Amino acid sequence: MEIEQTALPGIGLKHEFTTHHGRRLAVVSHRGGRRDLVIYDRHDPDRACEAIQLNDEEADALVELLGAPRIVQRLNDLHREVEGLVSLQLPIEDGSPYVGRPMGDARVRTRTGASIVAIVRGGQVHASPAPDFRLDAGDVVVVVGSLESTSAVADILSGG
Amino acid sequence: MHTATLFIELGGIILFLGVLGALALRAGISPIPLYLVAGLAFGQGGILPLATSEEFVSIGAELGVVLLLLTLGLEYNADELMTSLRGNARGGLVDLVLNAAPGAAVALLLGWGPVAAVAMAGVTYATSSGITAKVLSDLGWIGNRETPVVLSLLVFEDLTMALYLPILTAILAGVSLAAGAVTVAIALATAGVVLLVALRYGRLIDGFVASPNQEVLLLKVVGLALLVAGVAQQLQVSAAVGAFLVGIALSGELAHEARALLIPLRDLFAAVFFVFFGLQTDPAAIWPMAGLAALLALVSMVTKLATGVYAARRAGIARAGQARAGIALIPRGEFNIVIAGLAVAAGAHPDLGPLAAGYVLILAAFGPLAARLIQPLITAIARRA
Repeated sequence: MEIEQTALPGIGLKHEFTTHHGRRLAVVSHRGGRRDLVIYDRHDPDRACEAIQLNDEEADALVELLGAPRIVQRLNDLHREVEGLVSLQLPIEDGSPYVGRPMGDARVRTRTGASIVAIVRGGQVHASPAPDFRLDAGDVVVVVGSLESTSAVADILSGG
Repeated sequence: MHTATLFIELGGIILFLGVLGALALRAGISPIPLYLVAGLAFGQGGILPLATSEEFVSIGAELGVVLLLLTLGLEYNADELMTSLRGNARGGLVDLVLNAAPGAAVALLLGWGPVAAVAMAGVTYATSSGITAKVLSDLGWIGNRETPVVLSLLVFEDLTMALYLPILTAILAGVSLAAGAVTVAIALATAGVVLLVALRYGRLIDGFVASPNQEVLLLKVVGLALLVAGVAQQLQVSAAVGAFLVGIALSGELAHEARALLIPLRDLFAAVFFVFFGLQTDPAAIWPMAGLAALLALVSMVTKLATGVYAARRAGIARAGQARAGIALIPRGEFNIVIAGLAVAAGAHPDLGPLAAGYVLILAAFGPLAARLIQPLITAIARRA
């Protein structure tokens, strides 16, 4: 898929692409932060037949809705593509020593070399969590690394 | 006593402009033609001649020009200008040749001489970026695929103005060829230096002007712009160009913030500027010029349409989009009046002012209207095809 970027002098930037089914979409990012989601006319391919104005909050919400289920799927694809790279989804159980503690306390990367790339909580994906992200029982930690390092992370999260 | 009449007159004018602006808003047209008509009504030979406020209005008008160009410059940054220049130079040149020609031809045919021809060339050349931007946004054309073409043509025109205005100023001042060449060289050098400084050291300027306090920011930006405009005028480069270059040199978030602060100020003084131009024009002189102004307007609508079609076709836009690009370029407005105002102030042919006023009246009013009326037609045709 090719995303075409065009400068709109005095207004901002436009990114556009054509979908698999032949519809053309674009996002116009205005300098002041406003975004327009633009859908082009089927019959007049240069005309925006629909331009939906989104503020910061709405744009974020849309991204999350469209993007969240894709993160785990993309990790799995990545895993398939790169040999030797493993992604695991590790649930935090009730007995884990890290329940209620910041994620950074586990010092996962220092100790194993694997990285925590996301935490799934209540169906929502928190991508790239900061070290002060507080873990909770029932969270699912998505970890990426080699086979050994990821299983070492599983041990750390369950037993300390 | 003097102050009392001054306030009464100014208050009356500005209040009247406000009412006209509200009417324009309701009718969905640009207020510029109405401001011009207001100026005609107040001024010499009008129904309400002014007694005391002309002097203030004339200074206010000059401030209006500086603020118009400053806010225009603030919309662009140096990077965008360079990219637009590189990508669309050919479309820009076609625009220049096709649309400067009608004005120059009319002036020459009427025997007004080469100086007036240069001024009239400018009057028919420049599209009003203010009105066009409003048309694009009102009709929801910002996302359209032909819009980047239109915008880059506008950028090209504005840059051309940075070279044209000093040339015009020099010619109007009646300087010799050698002195004119020096002025143009100074203008080019100034523009070059400002662009270079903006590209390389933009951060230093931003750092000097930036302030978390709106009041300080406003004072610094207006002060800097007026200072540079004055120095530019002193060098015969034209104050407007100086202000435009200051606007370009400021960039990013700062430019955005400064523009938001300046817009109310600009709106006030720009309205005063349009009135001032109307004041200087005798309404009785417009009638004899009306037919010619309409003809010139018709011809230059066709040439702008052709420009838009040409530039959009080069960018791979389909028929309907090509037509929209042409229509979007039709409105004329602030720049054309700025140019005519310079010529009138320098004592050009007495009919130049009325012709330019009539011409801009027609195209500032009709341009946006044409876009609005033709939009459904284009869509219907595209649907059927």
